[in-house]
Amino acid sequence: MHEFALVLAGILLAGAPLVLATLGETITEKAGVINLSLDGTMLLSAMAAFALASATGSPWTGALGGMAVGAAVAAVLGLTNIYFGQSQLAVGFILTLLCRDLAYFLGHAYSRQPGPTFGYWGIPGLSDTPVLDALLGRQSPVVSMSLAAIVLCWWWMYKTSGGMRLRAVGESPRAAFGRGIRVRLSRLMACLAGGALVGLAGAAYSLAVKPGWGRPQGCEGAGWIALAIVIFGGWHPVRAAIGAYFFATLQVSGIYLQDLFPSVPAQVFQVAPFPMMIVTLLAVNLGRMSFVQDMMRRYPILKRFSGSWPITSPAALGQDFDPKKGL
Amino acid sequence: MPRNLWLERILWILAAPLLALALTVLVALPSGAPPLETLRILVLGGLGSMTKFGQVLTVFVPLMLCSAGLLIPFTARLWNIGIEGQVVLGAIFCTGTLMPVDQGGPWHIALALAAGMLGGALWALLAGVLKTWGRVHEIFSGLGLNFVAMGLTIWLIFGPWKRPGVASMSGTAPFDPSLWLDRMGRLASSWTALALACAGLALVAWLLLRTQWGLGLKAVGQNPKAARLFDLSPRRRMLQAFALCGALGGLAGAVQVLGVYHRLLPSISSGYGYTALLVGMMASFRILPVPFICFFFAVLNVGSIQLPLQLNLDSSLSGVIQGLMVLSVFITQGLRSWLIRRREGC
Repeated sequence: MHEFALVLAGILLAGAPLVLATLGETITEKAGVINLSLDGTMLLSAMAAFALASATGSPWTGALGGMAVGAAVAAVLGLTNIYFGQSQLAVGFILTLLCRDLAYFLGHAYSRQPGPTFGYWGIPGLSDTPVLDALLGRQSPVVSMSLAAIVLCWWWMYKTSGGMRLRAVGESPRAAFGRGIRVRLSRLMACLAGGALVGLAGAAYSLAVKPGWGRPQGCEGAGWIALAIVIFGGWHPVRAAIGAYFFATLQVSGIYLQDLFPSVPAQVFQVAPFPMMIVTLLAVNLGRMSFVQDMMRRYPILKRFSGSWPITSPAALGQDFDPKKGL
Repeated sequence: MPRNLWLERILWILAAPLLALALTVLVALPSGAPPLETLRILVLGGLGSMTKFGQVLTVFVPLMLCSAGLLIPFTARLWNIGIEGQVVLGAIFCTGTLMPVDQGGPWHIALALAAGMLGGALWALLAGVLKTWGRVHEIFSGLGLNFVAMGLTIWLIFGPWKRPGVASMSGTAPFDPSLWLDRMGRLASSWTALALACAGLALVAWLLLRTQWGLGLKAVGQNPKAARLFDLSPRRRMLQAFALCGALGGLAGAVQVLGVYHRLLPSISSGYGYTALLVGMMASFRILPVPFICFFFAVLNVGSIQLPLQLNLDSSLSGVIQGLMVLSVFITQGLRSWLIRRREGC
């Protein structure tokens, strides 16, 4: 039982940056902007967070720096796409590659250096219940941050007027514009907020989950998985978080699988989440295909399985909006 | 007035490289890199001697094959990010064909090149089928398949194809020299590879600009719904575009195996697929600028090898400069259209 709790604790830790990045991208995409640069942004902010934390000695300044870097990258994307009308996929992809190289270039001096980490937070009251203690009692602060972020994100998105504006801008920018919402500014703000969360995810990697900076850092590819989880989660923060923990489970189980098959190199298990990503996307999209819909109409019992997981993207996802072009 | 317009146009064209230069200096300063010295090393490291020029050509060939291939799916507005994995699969198929052979001649090499193209095309078709029948966006399927291809290479190198005695990251056992591509004198590059790259670009140019198929592909990219009504069968055309691009990427992988490394390595693709995507975007998916941009990027790549040795900088600076250049092109384009719209609005 205790060991099981330890495995769960490992999943919570491995899932924390994935959750943060996924929530950030969910916010951005809810406003209708696809930020493809996640993978590079996370690496760059991981580097910046580690460098800043080493320089100041405090992981919290590092995390703030990582958030600032994430927001800055998102600002470049936001300005070129929302105001200058350039393709968001193109700019996002350029930023992915650029930020990755920038991280390796600027982080050269910090490579394989010891630095501060977040360490562990002890919650005192939990020490007499061993399972809860292992799960939450002696965890890194990034776990509590990620758990808090899920609740906050859901509450803000669905229970406040700011969240409603966010969804309005992503669903129907024209109607939102007609209601007096400043569409492009709201989108930029969503971009910045999402970018900051992605930056925090990068900081969580270099300061807690895979401490330190090097080449490879260990979080390469995580950004792409986070992008896929957003679709898997149907643009809903809580479901996205469940998806993130699912993929974290896959990552953690790679460690145990390697004990079972010692002859297979570790890098092979590290790619396991990626075919899984394709399969989940395929499964998600399968429900939208016409022959599956026909089957469901013919056999209503199938609806029971699919009805609980409706996947609809924000209606204006990826569409640019220019108020001067008329309504 | 026309003279002013010309001046303005030239200024806008100059704005992108100037912005890229300014950003590069800004980025390089915190790591203590002297800007002029760094630039000198980058250019001289790539063009300083004939040997280095040969190395530039070995980078230029796969880059150009990939960029030429990418122009095809781009015409149909498809993002074939999976090109990286297609290069790897080309290398794997090529190595697999030559594994049972001890010695060989030109026919073996031709067969291996064809096998590489087949491997790349099949891997691309997988992404294409996922896109057209499974509705998985090609960015995700392509990227996932890239990582799978990487895992496959490592498994092959450490498992079934391991070097007799010791399996290591240095790759499989090298081939017999009779299975290598020819060399340009003492340079690292080969005439066959260069000819293949030029032929690839010519083929793509002819397909896209001079055939009905290319016109149909363009229609599919610009308006898929209308293309279906005009009986252009968008799905089939998209799959064909994927397969052609994958074949060219696979050819690049085969050239890397036969002409450069003579064995299968874990990092056989060297990221040329991703760089080729940058080339395509910088050229705005037109054919004419592609070879020039490829050559320039190849010089940067080769020149950056000197940076860790001479200035103790990381060699990823070449990637930074390439990324900043493409980003600057997009920023200046956007700024220009934004200013024009503002002027018209007033």
